[in-house]
Amino acid sequence: MDWAYFVELLCSGLVRGSIYALIALGYTMVYGIIQLINFAHGEIYMIGAFVALIVSGALTIYGFSGVSILVLAALIAAVYAAAYGITLERIAYRPLRGAPRLSPLISAIGASLFLQNYVLLAQTPDFLPFPALIPDFEFMEPIAHIVGSPELVILVVTTLTMIGLTVLIKHTKIGKAMRATQQDMIMARLTGVNVDRVISVTFVIGSVLAAIGGVLVGSYIGQINFYIGFMVGVKAFTAAVLGGIGNIPGAVIGALVLGLTEAFAAGYVSSAYEDVFAFGLLVLILIVRPAGILGKAVKQKV
Amino acid sequence: MLELKNVQTYYGNIQALKGINMEVREGEIVTLIGANGAGKTTTLMTISGVVPPKSGEVLFEGTPIQKLSSEKIVKKGLIQAPEGRRIFPNMSVMENLEMGAFLRNDKIIIKQDFDYVFDLFPRLAERRAQLGGTLSGGEQQMLAISRALMARPRLLLLDEPSLGLAPIIITQIFEIIRKINKESNTTVFLVEQNANQALKLAHRGYVMENGAITLTDTAANLLANEAVKSAYLGI
Repeated sequence: MDWAYFVELLCSGLVRGSIYALIALGYTMVYGIIQLINFAHGEIYMIGAFVALIVSGALTIYGFSGVSILVLAALIAAVYAAAYGITLERIAYRPLRGAPRLSPLISAIGASLFLQNYVLLAQTPDFLPFPALIPDFEFMEPIAHIVGSPELVILVVTTLTMIGLTVLIKHTKIGKAMRATQQDMIMARLTGVNVDRVISVTFVIGSVLAAIGGVLVGSYIGQINFYIGFMVGVKAFTAAVLGGIGNIPGAVIGALVLGLTEAFAAGYVSSAYEDVFAFGLLVLILIVRPAGILGKAVKQKV
Repeated sequence: MLELKNVQTYYGNIQALKGINMEVREGEIVTLIGANGAGKTTTLMTISGVVPPKSGEVLFEGTPIQKLSSEKIVKKGLIQAPEGRRIFPNMSVMENLEMGAFLRNDKIIIKQDFDYVFDLFPRLAERRAQLGGTLSGGEQQMLAISRALMARPRLLLLDEPSLGLAPIIITQIFEIIRKINKESNTTVFLVEQNANQALKLAHRGYVMENGAITLTDTAANLLANEAVKSAYLGI
């Protein structure tokens, strides 16, 4: 067995998985709180990538360089994505709260198409080259043929982001309010939680994570267009369902499982079949564990 | 302290409250009794701002609150322990209590209040790390009341605290309600189907039928009232 090749596939799978995880978290958090599948979430990721592209272009002109561009572009992309996320919730979802579940779902699909076409018209239908914002580190050179600097940065950034998110949800006041709202929205209101604000914050967090994902992927793959959000969105949604939708650690595990499956399928079978394996895995897990890998564990006594 | 004036509440086209008038004075225990579906829970949800009324006024210490959001009403000290207890199932006992103190910032006094509720219900202290969803019904009710107390209620709204509990635990919980009312001078508005026990505990009572108040009197008089006896006390 060729171990170097295996490790290379493993890394590529983890990289894919962690990107899926960043986006899957947005799906699963929103679903956990308002039981809505936010189909426009992939578009927020795409918009994040576009904002980063524009910002990094401008910053290059002003003479910024290397890592400072990456950080600034990611920050500004996150702010824009958060604004889009909040606006999306206000316009497309909040007026439909309390409506039958199908209505916000259709609204979500509409919002997704709208955002895609808005970027298509405002920018271009063509693929745009995305600058390699992640520099090549010298210390990575000896193992660069297995794990490159961009992969390392993606893994580190996503890991840190997830640790941050866990701390936020477990230990901060807003995190507790989010969990309370997820478990019983009316009771959360009766303890004084402003549920509308919690929902907005959830959209902000999801959008920021998606934007970070957009910047990392753009820089890693090297090109973006208005349609990149769709497939990544579908895959991240798959990851969220795999892990058990509404379950935050589940989304991360589902994403890693999905990313690794794709990478090994592409490496050992054929890259033409990676999607077959990804969705085949989804079907398989849903047959065996319909609630997902980490589906509901705690039973409530009445 | 709390006054409802001609309050009408709807669920869609269905009228649940048909012009309710009632009053709770400071320091009292007032009970609202009635059959299933009479509108008792709706009355509490209307007071708490979860189901706002279509018309009429809800006055808390003289100011109208019927248009305020739930969290503003909670901030005023109107705290509800709702029907079915509604414990956050995936939060520990401790976290459920912290949620009760969600709007408070006085960390030191919150700590004292933890001790106070653990003193009221030693069972909760033993189970502070356990998830709320795994508690027994009686323990959940203790937690629901404690969570409400953590908000430092000026007026405590209790919705059927006896529901589904063993008689011995009901007695225990009613005893604690009396204690809360006496010792920390918390006004209590108690919704109950268990009319007998509720009227024994309360100072005054209201009887509700089909979304309207049909009778009000002191608790002692209601206990002696023939109509109440035959309809709600099973005598």
